[in-house]
Amino acid sequence: MNEQAATKDISDEIAVQINGMHKWYGDFHVLKDINLTVNAGERLVICGPSGSGKSTLIRCINRLEEHQQGDIIVDGIELTDDLKHIDAVRREVGMCFQHFNLFPHLSVLENCTLAPIWVRKTPKKEAEETAMEFLEKVKIPDQANKFPGQLSGGQQQRVAIARSLCMKPRIMLFDEPTSALDPEMISEVLDVMIDLAETGMTMLCVTHEMGFARKVAHRVIFMDQGEIIEQNEPEEFFHNPQSDRTKLFLSQILDH
Amino acid sequence: MSTATDTVPASGAYEPGSHPDLAPPPGTTGPIRWMKDNLFSSPLSTVLTLISVYIVYTVVTSAGSWLVLDAVISADSREACQAIDSGACWAVIVSRFNLSIYGFYPDAERWRLNLAFILLFVALGPILFDNFPARKHMMKFSMAYPVIAYFLVVGGMGLEPVSTHLFGGVMLTLVIGLTGITCSLPIGILLALGRYSKLPVMRMVCTMFIEFIRGVPLIALLFVASVMLNYFLPPGVEFDLLFRVLIMVTFFASAYMAEVIRGGLQSMPKGQFEAADAMGLTYWQAMRLIILPQALKVSIPGIVNTFIGLYKDTTLVLIIGLLDVLGIMRSSLADPKWNGLAHEVYLYTAIFFFISCFAMSRYSLYLERKLHTGHKR
Repeated sequence: MNEQAATKDISDEIAVQINGMHKWYGDFHVLKDINLTVNAGERLVICGPSGSGKSTLIRCINRLEEHQQGDIIVDGIELTDDLKHIDAVRREVGMCFQHFNLFPHLSVLENCTLAPIWVRKTPKKEAEETAMEFLEKVKIPDQANKFPGQLSGGQQQRVAIARSLCMKPRIMLFDEPTSALDPEMISEVLDVMIDLAETGMTMLCVTHEMGFARKVAHRVIFMDQGEIIEQNEPEEFFHNPQSDRTKLFLSQILDH
Repeated sequence: MSTATDTVPASGAYEPGSHPDLAPPPGTTGPIRWMKDNLFSSPLSTVLTLISVYIVYTVVTSAGSWLVLDAVISADSREACQAIDSGACWAVIVSRFNLSIYGFYPDAERWRLNLAFILLFVALGPILFDNFPARKHMMKFSMAYPVIAYFLVVGGMGLEPVSTHLFGGVMLTLVIGLTGITCSLPIGILLALGRYSKLPVMRMVCTMFIEFIRGVPLIALLFVASVMLNYFLPPGVEFDLLFRVLIMVTFFASAYMAEVIRGGLQSMPKGQFEAADAMGLTYWQAMRLIILPQALKVSIPGIVNTFIGLYKDTTLVLIIGLLDVLGIMRSSLADPKWNGLAHEVYLYTAIFFFISCFAMSRYSLYLERKLHTGHKR
């Protein structure tokens, strides 16, 4: 029943299309022949052991990492060396990092209004209103005038999510958003992400939170050594993994 | 009940979870406690404290009598000084005071320097302090100040032109020091960004410039400025010596500045660049709004260090015949009337430099405190 409700909000429109993509760090072949299509409104969870290339994969989608072979088309724009294309993609793709990467010299509100004001050329007042709206949604409007250094890790990550949302992105990338958090703060961040999922946002999450994957993902992707090994709907993926590597991985993270 | 239980209650006096914050027991804080801890903590430290007090006392009293009590303020020559009292002969400073400030600048035009000096503070105010009244409007004045100061000091626009040969003393020190400081910061930032850039040609040019300038002593650069630069320029083109010196001093300070700022850039976590990129900011936006404000903040001690170094290095222009405050005061030692008063003359110059540099250093501490925004992760 979960699936039915979920599949309804996926549209036919393609948000991210990756064809035969390879990436090397120097001589090291990090990503091998990646083929992936993500439809608008689809929520993807990418998991895999550390060093499997999952972070690198989503970082290629907004060109924080450059790929050497194959195509990546995001929201209809192909990622090439053309800076205009890169900027256009980055305007539509929001990203949350493992270490939040808030700007420590700016207040929470300024963190949220910076990109809308400078990239989208939104008037300051309007940007501030939008920012407060999103800070409200991540449940920290009262911290708006504090500096990031004065907030807890969970609060900082929620600010980081609000900051990305202020750009009204069409796609959100999450790079292990809860890995750097103390256990008691993980759920407050996941709650915000679940709320976001309910709005129909296209989401690509690298995470080890399997409970989250079960709850919101349409598809779970398992990567190992730079390859997509297996992908499936969450229920199938967890209960009926196909490859041995997936089985091993799942037994390592679930059995304790 | 005894008095002790009045201040420090017995264990279990409060219900768990309801213990109030109490004042510390008497005798554990305050000046007497501090002296006990720091000056008289053991017999040895008591002895050392007493010896130090004695030494400080002797130095202060003897220096005090030379500097102040036995000093002579007005006299016509060194002999006259010695005839009056045995202490310092400040008369040399008094009689040369105007020279030490204005150099050989014509008497009738000195009001222009005074005005430029007063306006300097009006211009610096809004730059240095963000709670300055009407800061935004005053900032425009600060931007215009270099032009205003140029015409006031050099002349033109209806003011009598004054040749730069007549510049000297404190005003020359300030002209070189302040020009060097204001120009070297932006040039240093650009050089640092260039050296940190991904473009190979840009990086190479900036690195070569920095390494060349840094690898050559300032005195050599000043000689180049005074002797050789004219050979490199097409015939007929001649720059003023002071102008050439200003260029060299600025280049020299910029190279150091660039390295200090590059240190700041390198201390920036990679995540800050990535976050700026991911938001779609352009290179210059990311630098101006995200990276430089933080990198410059970390670099403040190094930047001010370079400023102070540059400011004191201005005394080297003595070598190529420009008389800054040190040079002009040294020249008075050659005057038969004041011959042999090196102590007074050098002390005066030292105090002048100390006051300027100490002010810069205190300001940098103030700035660091002001820019502190909670704990950096």
